[in-house]
Amino acid sequence: MAVGTPERVVDEIVRQNKRDLTIIANDTATPDKGIGKLVAAKLLRKAIVSHIGLNPETQRQMMAGELEVQLVPQGTLIERIRAGGFGLGGILTATGVGTPVQDGKQIVKVAGKTFLVEAALRADFAVVHAFVADYLGNLGYALTARNFNPVIAMAADTVIVSAENIVPVGVISPDHVMTPAPVVDYLVTNP
Amino acid sequence: MEPQVIIARRIAGEIKAGMLVNLGIGIPTAVANYIPEGLHVFFQSENGLIGTGAPPQEGMAHPMLTDAGGRPVTALPGACTFDSAISFGLIRGGHLDLTVLGGLQVDQRGYLANWMIPNKMVPGMGGAMDLVSGAKRVIVAMQHSAKGAAKIVKKCTLPITAMRPVDLVVTELAVIGFREGNPA
Repeated sequence: MAVGTPERVVDEIVRQNKRDLTIIANDTATPDKGIGKLVAAKLLRKAIVSHIGLNPETQRQMMAGELEVQLVPQGTLIERIRAGGFGLGGILTATGVGTPVQDGKQIVKVAGKTFLVEAALRADFAVVHAFVADYLGNLGYALTARNFNPVIAMAADTVIVSAENIVPVGVISPDHVMTPAPVVDYLVTNP
Repeated sequence: MEPQVIIARRIAGEIKAGMLVNLGIGIPTAVANYIPEGLHVFFQSENGLIGTGAPPQEGMAHPMLTDAGGRPVTALPGACTFDSAISFGLIRGGHLDLTVLGGLQVDQRGYLANWMIPNKMVPGMGGAMDLVSGAKRVIVAMQHSAKGAAKIVKKCTLPITAMRPVDLVVTELAVIGFREGNPA
């Protein structure tokens, strides 16, 4: 719901009119916020998300066939992204068994239980919002704005981060770093 | 008494001290209003919070502290935050004692449908499928019928949320339990 979304980077994607994008995110927010702005500007070709209920424009574009929406259960979505960032081919989950979610997927039995094989997801770019970053790119997140951020930061070829606060190296305690610096490529201030 | 109040109050009685509980949007959210004072319960918001408190007073909302629907909440002393992978690990991994969810239909097998009406309303399942598949106990909070149409049906005509039968359905007219191994 656009909590923990890097609005400044989103605004720049809209300004540069980057089109035919595929977005991987929890939801498409509301039409005036976060990923909702990309929907409103008709920049998306495909959305892989768990929820579009608060964005009527996403639903309209989907019904009109302008935007392909793949609905994925939220827990499956985050694990598919995690698998993508952690070098795994996918995950096994019981979520979605016996529902439309299982259509076209491999079903396996492990220790007597039924699971769906859900393939890993990766992206060309991760656009991450952090609460605090140091100049090396070590990141910390705040409260419920953490959500998908540390997981997507692992799952893309190029990682762009906007941070509320950028501090000198050494200020963030090693125990409080949630995303290690080497995965971050670009840091954008958030004035 | 409003049907929503009857339902929320009845479900509040199912919650015991020390439980980890996830409440869905709508009537389920209201369940928290009827927890006896002094009863310590861990409420989870699946966007990454345990220790979810009441909505903040006016002017005190924090833009980075919301529930799963994006509405401002408070964090009680002892609260903790985490990413979505841990949040759904709690849900699927057998750590969540109870989830209370809204419903469109529940059938005699105990199957719940609550995430879409084909060609009409397609909001997406969000966390509902993981919650129903993974929680130790699932309670459905819903009104007994919708505009005269039955919501408790022989077999769901809407796409189901999970193969796992719910444990309890609470409406303003009835409390319905499902015996273990019941699904026909």
